[in-house]
Order: sequence, then C-alpha cells, then structure tokens
Amino acid sequence: MRKFETYGGSIPGLSLNDLTGWLIVIEGTDGVGRTTHVGRLRAHLEQLGYAVAETGLMRSGLASRGIRRAKQGNTLGTHAFNLFYATDFADRLEHQILPALRAGFVMLTDRYVYSLIARAIVRGANPDWIKQVYSFSLKPDAVFYLRIGVPDLVPRVLVNGGFDYWESGMDIPMGEDLYDSFIQYQERVIRQLDSLSGEYGFDTLDATAPVDELAAELCQRVTRLLEADRPQPLEPSEPL
Amino acid sequence: MTPSPPSLEAGPRSYPGRLFVVEGVDGSGKSTQLTLLSQWLRSEGFTVVFSEWNSSPIVRETTKRGKKRMLLTPLTFSLIHATDFSDRVEREIVPSLKAGAIVLADRYVYTAYARDVTRGVDPQWVRSLYRFAPVPAEAFYFRIPLEVALKRILIGRPLLKWYEAGMDLGLHIDPAESYRRFQSRIMEQYEQLVPEFGLTVMDATKPVEIQQRLLRQTMRPHLKGLYRRGRNHAEV
Repeated sequence: MRKFETYGGSIPGLSLNDLTGWLIVIEGTDGVGRTTHVGRLRAHLEQLGYAVAETGLMRSGLASRGIRRAKQGNTLGTHAFNLFYATDFADRLEHQILPALRAGFVMLTDRYVYSLIARAIVRGANPDWIKQVYSFSLKPDAVFYLRIGVPDLVPRVLVNGGFDYWESGMDIPMGEDLYDSFIQYQERVIRQLDSLSGEYGFDTLDATAPVDELAAELCQRVTRLLEADRPQPLEPSEPL
Repeated sequence: MTPSPPSLEAGPRSYPGRLFVVEGVDGSGKSTQLTLLSQWLRSEGFTVVFSEWNSSPIVRETTKRGKKRMLLTPLTFSLIHATDFSDRVEREIVPSLKAGAIVLADRYVYTAYARDVTRGVDPQWVRSLYRFAPVPAEAFYFRIPLEVALKRILIGRPLLKWYEAGMDLGLHIDPAESYRRFQSRIMEQYEQLVPEFGLTVMDATKPVEIQQRLLRQTMRPHLKGLYRRGRNHAEV
C-alpha cells in the first residue's frame, strides 16, 4: 500500500495508514491559469476512469465565510490572517482531502500550503514559524508549479479583470498605486515560490507555454505518476 | 526603494507597558480576582486594558459557527483559537503595551497549551504556534481542587456546551461526567506548565480578599515607572 506522511507534525486522532488515493497539487501565483489546468486535468483523469475530487484555498465549511468577511473590511491583523488561512486549510485537510484519499480518489488541489507559506513570508512572517505551523500537512505525491515571471503575468491579469486588491498586496502597500504594488508584491511572492520549489521539490512547468501544450504536458506527467503506482498496466478499454 | 513589510514575527520583545495574566480552570475564581485588580489599578491612576480569551470580533463568528455545527476537530479548534489570539495580540495587546498600559489578560497561551494538548494536539507544535505572544510580567495560576471548581460550575450552570464539556473527546456520554474528566486532565496539564513557564501559583481556596492582597503584593514591584494619571511616572 502507498504511504502518506506529514511534514513532521501530526493530525490529532487520525491515522494515515488507510489512505489509498493520490494528492496532486497545482501551485503558482495569482492569475497564472491554475484553475483552467485543474479543470483540464480533471476531465482527462475522469476520462481514464479515475475518481477525482478538488479543493482550493478558502473552500472550507468552517472558515471561508469568516475569511471573506474579514477581507472585505481589511479588519484583521496580518498575522491573524495567516492563522485564519491555516484554519481553513486544516479544515479542508480533515474534511475534504483525507476522506477523498481514504476513498481512493485523485485529489487535485488548486494551491496548497506553499502559496500560503509564500504569502505569509512576504507579509513579514518568520519562515521557520510559518513552516512549523503547516507541519501537520500531508506531503503530496507531486507538486506541479506553473511558473511565470511578472512581465508575462501582467497582461494576463489585465485582460482577466485587472489588479485585485489582495493580489497586489495592498494590505501592505509597496508602491504608489495598485500597479506598482502588484509588481512588487508578485515579484516577492514568485521569489518565495521559487525558493520553496527547491526546498520541497516542485515539478516546474513553464506557464508561458500555450495553454493546450501545457495542459497536455501536465496530463501526461500526472498519468505517468498514477500508472507508476499500479502493479500491472491498465488495459485500454474496448471501444463501444 | 520600497520599505520592507513590517516584521510581525520578531519573537517576544519588551515593551513599556506590563502584561499580567490569570489562568486556571473554570470556577477557580480567576476572573473575579482580575476584576478586583483592574478596579484597584484604575483607582491608582494606571491605564488598564482588558483582554479576554476568544473575543476577537471577526474570528469569534467563525469559532461560534464551528462550535454550533460541531465542525471543530482538535486541530481546527487549536488553530481557530490561535487566530483569535493573534488578532488580539496585534490589535489590542501589543499596541496597549507599546503605549505603556497595563494589560490584564483573562486566560492566555497557557489555556491553549493545557486544553489543546488534552485534546491530543502535539505539545511542541502548539507552543510554536504561539511563539509570537508577548511574555507576561507575571502569570498567575489559580490552583483549586477539582471538586471545589466543579461544584461552583455545575451548581450554577447545569447546561454544559459540547466543547466546553469536552464531549468531542468521547470521555463519557453524560456531559457532567465528561466535563469532570476533561477538567481533571486540563488540571494535570496546568501543573506541568507551572514549572515550565514559571507561573505564580495562587491558592484559590483562600478567601477572595486574601488572594487579592497577595496578588497586589506580587504585582507592585512590576508597576514602577509606569505612567499614572495626575502623577509623573511616580511610584505606587
């Protein structure tokens, strides 16, 4: 049986011995196209017969409403935001990710703890501290990092609705206006993700590649990974 | 050159103000003592700020939701309380300490250490979670025999809430019995915290006014040099 482990911490009262699914993470900064690729990947895997579940930041039953409310008024301290996101993540880990893995699903997660760690560090958190906070998280089977530089990111964000307050780090303004702050903030986030990439062994993909090409590459890599766990290759199903 | 973002996790620092903490199980009388302290300090001209456990307005809504719908696990119970606490540290405790005030905290990180570890959370992890908390000038632990505390709580307020009674731990089907076992385990944790963090033990079975006198005596040396209304940084 495949074995899961955490980054050193523990999840009170839970065993990791009965997890048979796969945990696949798609990481990357805001606006890089993660959601598109998670959708494509899901369709591809379901086509092959895998059961797929999805999660992403702020989708917990417990904390997502509270975080959304807090963001509207910018009324929560920076540090408290970090821990609020950790609460949201823990709730999703226990109520979405673990049950899916126990049931043998492929769990696709649109960002994982790495984005949360990167954003916290950019906002001044001590790197050791925030990594320790997330030490209860599961090590995924693979982390695909959709990497992009700020010059390629800007036009994408502009055509997709413009600069968002939080994605520009306006809670810790770093320039004269939204544009300046976006550039500064995203450069720092990407730098952090790059550094985490080495530390946690991300599989990096060039996100400036054409969408179809990148989607095909991603599907291929994930399929290879899932098939590698199988003792015998899967027979292609008979055409109807 | 843009300024660096503020460093929020610089670790414990010393501020011009003073932080005092009361800890103990429900029914130990700690809140009564804290109220009396605050009245005394105010009458002496000090600036006093109260900080209560679980009181950040934004986070409290989520905590309430989690409790009402029984969504909380030991892990999320721990994290949501740390979120609440960190919001209060950033917005209430640290600014007040910087301003030279006396901050009186009804429960502090020790409550999390005792309660969360009783729920099975890793002791080292929960300590590291709260690493950003300012260190108090003095933290008082109100030690009381279990039966005395239970009598005070169970007589006055028979309807125990799910998490309050520790029902999530599956200790007993009867809430009162579950509460009893839960409190007993929390007390064991507190006893370990006393030497680890140098908590000042108060005998909570003594008459209220005797305890109050002792508290004031212990606090007095810490008050030197603090701002007092109408006096120029005078002695107590």
